[in-house]
Amino acid sequence: MTYAFFPGCVSKGACPELYQSVMQVYPKLGIDLNEMTTASCTGAGVLQEKDPKLGDVLNARTFALAEQQGLPIMTICSTCQGVMSQANHRLTTQPQYLQQVNGFLKDEGLAYRGTTTIKHFLWILLEDVGADTLRQHITRPLTGLRAAPFYGCYIQRPTEALGIDDHPDRGKSLERIIEILGAEVVDFPGKTRCCGFPILTINEKNSLTMVATHTRDAKTHGADIMVTPCPLCHLNLDGMQSKAANQEKTAIDLPILHLPQLLGLAMGLDAKSLGLTRHLISPESVLAQATLAL
Amino acid sequence: MKTTLRVRRFDPEADPPMGYVQEYRLETEPSETVLDGLIKVRETLDDSLALRCSCRGAICGSCGMRINGHAALACKTKVISVAPADGTIEVEPMHNMPVIKDLVTDMAPFWSKIRQIQPWLQPPGTAPKAEYTASPEAMTHLSGVMSCIMCGVCVSDCTVLEVDKTFVGPAALAKAYRFVADPRDAATLRRLNALNQPGGMWDCTRCMECIQVCPKGVAPMDRIMALRANGMAAKVPSTCGSRHAEVFTDIIKHKGILDEPMLAVRTFGLKHVGRLLGMVPMVLQSVFKGKVPKSGPLHRPIPGIHHIQRLFKRMRVKS
Ligand code: SF4
Ligand code: SF4
Ligand code: FES
Repeated sequence: MTYAFFPGCVSKGACPELYQSVMQVYPKLGIDLNEMTTASCTGAGVLQEKDPKLGDVLNARTFALAEQQGLPIMTICSTCQGVMSQANHRLTTQPQYLQQVNGFLKDEGLAYRGTTTIKHFLWILLEDVGADTLRQHITRPLTGLRAAPFYGCYIQRPTEALGIDDHPDRGKSLERIIEILGAEVVDFPGKTRCCGFPILTINEKNSLTMVATHTRDAKTHGADIMVTPCPLCHLNLDGMQSKAANQEKTAIDLPILHLPQLLGLAMGLDAKSLGLTRHLISPESVLAQATLAL
Repeated sequence: MKTTLRVRRFDPEADPPMGYVQEYRLETEPSETVLDGLIKVRETLDDSLALRCSCRGAICGSCGMRINGHAALACKTKVISVAPADGTIEVEPMHNMPVIKDLVTDMAPFWSKIRQIQPWLQPPGTAPKAEYTASPEAMTHLSGVMSCIMCGVCVSDCTVLEVDKTFVGPAALAKAYRFVADPRDAATLRRLNALNQPGGMWDCTRCMECIQVCPKGVAPMDRIMALRANGMAAKVPSTCGSRHAEVFTDIIKHKGILDEPMLAVRTFGLKHVGRLLGMVPMVLQSVFKGKVPKSGPLHRPIPGIHHIQRLFKRMRVKS
């Protein structure tokens, strides 16, 4: 299985540990990655605030590049996934619009035919690698570790563009992975809600309230750690958690793991090589308790 | 099929007023909706159950409630489409508004937010002799947003309203767009300036809950994004939100990839230097933890950036 790998800006920027952990786990899963070094940022829904069509043109260019290679795209960020899925949905369901967008790509020697599929690593694990193969790679089941899933909005909604209407399992994929890795799923009300990151600059108070609510709720429901397929959620839930706890005059201290880090632990990789020492909320003591010492 | 409706009830007359969950077991037909089920409960099992409905055909907007954790119109939700294998469906009143009794919520806060955006046409000068005219294209563009039935479903599930009651919310913002984009309206700039204030169009966190749950395809968040674009185009005073979008776009244009430190510095600028300084402890801690990529905090432009720049240019010329 070869994918055109779209790492996204955040794994190349403020969450280098995400990129690092994907690099550690993927070769062991029978996956080949061809990194898309010339693809632009998806716009993350932010560029789209200014100019939605420009966003679609940039993403159509990325899809066309993957199409030329005949490869599906793999993302490792809920936001990249959602923004691309939405763009692809518009382009593949409105032929006239696709034509118009291709009009802009023409002078770059590109045309998108609408055949590229875009899949988050989370879905690839279940749909392409498969639960059985995954189980074979687990050398250190995460028994006793209680993990709360946190998806990120863009990989949950809108369900139609994300293909969740056709693959309902995608909506529960994170819980499935946690189970396969041998950990215990901690269900809590906030798992599909917003982490608050998009309003961090405009309304920090509301943003931090969201961070505090979800991390505290997960902890109250018994979570040792939280796991997310979205590095933007990670930036807020990990990076801003102390500030959020201060704002709400409480202590939280819930480590937030990137999905490939949790997977890597179960595959027997050591915590340092998975970048687990690079978090603001240290997972050290929690993992030690679960005998997954750093 | 065997169906269990687990209904969150609220009795305002109890002393003290109390909330509790009550289960009703009943038989439902494959063609029946959750509303049909609830009406059956009221008619055959418990006439004290309070709920609101009228048209039973997704037109009046009165039967909004939460079904299995998401707001929906009960009359548009088939039992069969939401019941899991054991046939148990959770039914609760809508969130983000006070409950009057059982499934009946108080829509007063909803209407006050709709009124806040002045939901009426404000045409220029004196009225023309004949009617105000608008092009069919302009009205077709508005038809989606005009199909809002004011059910409150989007408001119920709005993430921001959950933490901040001052947010004007998805339904009112969608309605505001309906007038901002109406070619006959002359108050556009005043409206955009009002929406530019705290609690307005920039406070939405883009969670897409409202797009997902709206039973009429109004896509409130898409309207909010269109309001933001209109606001930036009309050059209403910049906010941290608008600068964030402008700077983000500019960075992509020059590099093809995002520089997060640059985004923060340029978004806050000197005007909000306090906010920047507030981030210093987090940034220092991140550096200390090695959360900086090997290549350094700022990126070089991606290979092929000239393609990106040409696309930006071509798009600008077109628009
Ligand atoms: S997208 Fe915005 S308006 Fe819609 S539910 Fe989320 S926060 Fe509320
Ligand atoms: S936008 Fe949709 S969900 Fe919101 S009030 Fe209107 S019809 Fe109901
Ligand atoms: S009863 Fe009228 S919308 Fe449901």
